[in-house]
Amino acid sequence: MMPSRRDFLKSTGVLIVSFSVNALAPRSMNAAQGPFATHPSHIDPKLLDSWLAVSSDGTITAYTGKCDFGQGILTAQTQLVAEELCVPVSRVKLIQCDTDRTPDQGTTSGSQSTPTNFNDESLALAAATAREALMSLASTKLNEPVERLTASEGIITGSSGRHAAYAELVANTHFDIPLNTNAMRKPVALWNVLGKPVPSLDRAALMTGRFEFVQSVRIPGMLHGRVVRPPGMGATLVRVHEDSVRDIPGLVKVVVRKNFVGVVAETQHQAVIAARKLAVEWNPGPDLPPQGNFFDSMQKQPSHDALSVDSGDLGTKLAASGALVRARYTYPYQMHASVGTSCAVADVKPDRATLWSATQSVYPTRSVVAKILGLPADKVRVIFVRGSGCYGLNGADAVSFDAAVLSQAVGKPVRLQFSREDEMKWENLGAACVVEHQAALASDGTIAVWDREHWIASLGNRPGYDRPGNVISGVLLGYEPEPFARQQASPPKGKLRNNSNAVPAYFAGFIDGKCQGGGTIRSERALTHTVPSPFFTGPLRSPARIQNTFANECFMDELCARANDDPLAFRLKHLQDPRLIAVLKAAARAANWQTRPMQKPPKSRTGIVSGRGIACVNYEGDNGYSALIAEVEVNLDTGLVQPKNFVVAVDCGPVSNPDGLRNQTEGGLLQGMSRSLVEEVTWDSKHITSTDWARYKTLYLDYPMPSIQTVFVTPDGVPALGAGELSITITPAALGNAIFDATGVRLRTLPFTPERIMAALQESRKGSIS
Amino acid sequence: MLKPIRLKVNGQESTVTVDPETPLLFVLNDQLGLQGPRFGCGMAQCGSCSVLMQGQVVRSCVMPVGAVGVREITTLEGIGTLEHPHPLQQAFIDEGAAQCGYCLSGVILTAKAVLDANPRASDQEMSDALGGVMCRCFAHLRMLRAIRKYAEAKKA
Repeated sequence: MMPSRRDFLKSTGVLIVSFSVNALAPRSMNAAQGPFATHPSHIDPKLLDSWLAVSSDGTITAYTGKCDFGQGILTAQTQLVAEELCVPVSRVKLIQCDTDRTPDQGTTSGSQSTPTNFNDESLALAAATAREALMSLASTKLNEPVERLTASEGIITGSSGRHAAYAELVANTHFDIPLNTNAMRKPVALWNVLGKPVPSLDRAALMTGRFEFVQSVRIPGMLHGRVVRPPGMGATLVRVHEDSVRDIPGLVKVVVRKNFVGVVAETQHQAVIAARKLAVEWNPGPDLPPQGNFFDSMQKQPSHDALSVDSGDLGTKLAASGALVRARYTYPYQMHASVGTSCAVADVKPDRATLWSATQSVYPTRSVVAKILGLPADKVRVIFVRGSGCYGLNGADAVSFDAAVLSQAVGKPVRLQFSREDEMKWENLGAACVVEHQAALASDGTIAVWDREHWIASLGNRPGYDRPGNVISGVLLGYEPEPFARQQASPPKGKLRNNSNAVPAYFAGFIDGKCQGGGTIRSERALTHTVPSPFFTGPLRSPARIQNTFANECFMDELCARANDDPLAFRLKHLQDPRLIAVLKAAARAANWQTRPMQKPPKSRTGIVSGRGIACVNYEGDNGYSALIAEVEVNLDTGLVQPKNFVVAVDCGPVSNPDGLRNQTEGGLLQGMSRSLVEEVTWDSKHITSTDWARYKTLYLDYPMPSIQTVFVTPDGVPALGAGELSITITPAALGNAIFDATGVRLRTLPFTPERIMAALQESRKGSIS
Repeated sequence: MLKPIRLKVNGQESTVTVDPETPLLFVLNDQLGLQGPRFGCGMAQCGSCSVLMQGQVVRSCVMPVGAVGVREITTLEGIGTLEHPHPLQQAFIDEGAAQCGYCLSGVILTAKAVLDANPRASDQEMSDALGGVMCRCFAHLRMLRAIRKYAEAKKA
């Protein structure tokens, strides 16, 4: 079991917090992007008792539906509750994602935890409601008006000096009040706990090997499972030869359900051997499209189309323009590829089930598992236990479904952990994407017209509350993935939606008579074609946003090069959004940016050249702002790219924990660097072949790392926004732009491998000779 | 198939009765209840299952338990406790050198083995040793900083 929280908190010291109600600020506007869908559950999110309790020892227990899988939200949420209740961090115990205990907050994903829980609803509102309720109770008890009371360290003191501890006011009893939508959050200026670099609460346990991951969960009587997956997509089961494993000691059962095959044994080792030896006949599925021309074939698929913006004058504007600039960008399938393979422990009884799972969606998983097992949802309990870092949707949901099926089949608890191949062959990949741009400059060197469309591959997704078939396990059990529906695009209406960052930041976003974008370009179109994918796809960190931003921000640089302008100045000329402008300027200041056009291509064919690249994003249109300046060296003899320095500016509103935000920002940049330089899914005619670390590359700890400088931009009076996906979104573009500045070569596909760079250099030299 | 096997892990002797071909990792996790080494790939490619065997880093996912013999095994929890972390673990705590933390056995024990063998190991030697260790959350910079701090303190 996990060590006590007191052990965790020893190193954090005691934070003295003090707060008086007189200093309250009015509530700010909430973040615009919506939170995840939720369903009603037995824990009513409108009631304070669903979120918070005070124990007799003064400990505050808070219940959250947003879980920590390495991004630091455990610590930040603990700070939030401590801040609002005027107690030290060590006095707060946070219970994360357990369908028996926490409210349904949908999925922890999409950079939505901070917008949802740190503004004026959910956990933040509960904590503010609780503080006001305690103040009101103290007012009655001490017979003094609330205005004269001060809360500090869990004790409310009146002007007379008389005081009451929280525990005396409500200990172990219910508040029995609804969340008060008028409850006042503490203003940023008065924060004592939030906004401070409180060391992440899980550190000591992690570093000393005492942290309990889902992979470490062991329960009495537990057996071990393994799955036996088909040879490729679309393969169907013909026959399982159980006699092939009859002699394996400890084998408990071969489990077959439709196309799902698994084994259960007494030990992990026996399960591994049984899964390897089990003879299974499959009907192979259809051949996969060849990887060589996959992007071309994507563009020939039937598609589901949507227009984000369309000024309606593209035809005339493009025809009237002189030289058109055209470019096509491609982005490969990439993997979450968690370092630990996914794992779950299921204990399925005839009438109920318990699941220990690293799913980011305990309530949706509860519904889906109930459906698979044929149990009512309220008879299934899903308890979140952190797994290996996920970055979106790794195998955590799929392995949970599989473990439940195995446990039900043997009537005993089963622990299931995927093999490396199970994980990498069948996860929901980050989607392949093609972006085509055409644009023209006006005579003054600004962009007159920009048309862009993209094709993005899609199959499955998060399973949600009722779609087991959105991941491999569900499909094998006979459920369908979300059906693909062809659709023609209709003209955009209402609010500009830029969730996928299909719309470049420089578009005016003219819809229904209003400019809703952050840019100045009025002749504009952004068209999305969603096409069927031969592989499962899912929300890999910055889904669609990283693909689109790579293409948009690199093409912006191409237009800048055409205008022979400075890449920062050129961007600023096309922007009106003050927050995006502010992060660009902050990054430029910190990087000591020198105004100049891009460098001329190097004359030498050998040696090391260097360059700089800039990129920025307004994530999802309104969920965080970031700008990055990357400096790289490129070896002209080998094609090796070496990022040397990253300067990144981040504006995600008020910062809950600066150290946590730095950690997320740095990790995002370096993960983005890995995705830019080496990561690419490969396949043959039948299945994915990049199923281990020799074939799916990542940057190990020996790869020379750039230095990173992170600058926070924190405007007043704005809500808290997401931050976990900001820096990664702009890394590929900043690197691509820096490589161009260094070499004069524009790379329009990821990853930027030495082979691609050498080929592009050779191509450009041919051009310059002829 | 099942054989009693004597092991000395984190200073404690115990006897487990298992198939000697069982990977040491599974025995550490399932029989001895240790959580530090973790399954990552089963192919010695990532480092998550790393343990020290007589001071050398081994990948316990590919090490049959029957091959351990009398050599003493140390896991991540064997070098320090919550109350008294090893100075290298303390450096990782101070630097906040993790996100999910799943990979830490590989990172911390590899660095420890290098510096135990040679407290004056060069950056290149450290880098070479870390070449088989990965962190998919990319806490690389903080990890390298923690290792450097510990190495400098050890030298001094």
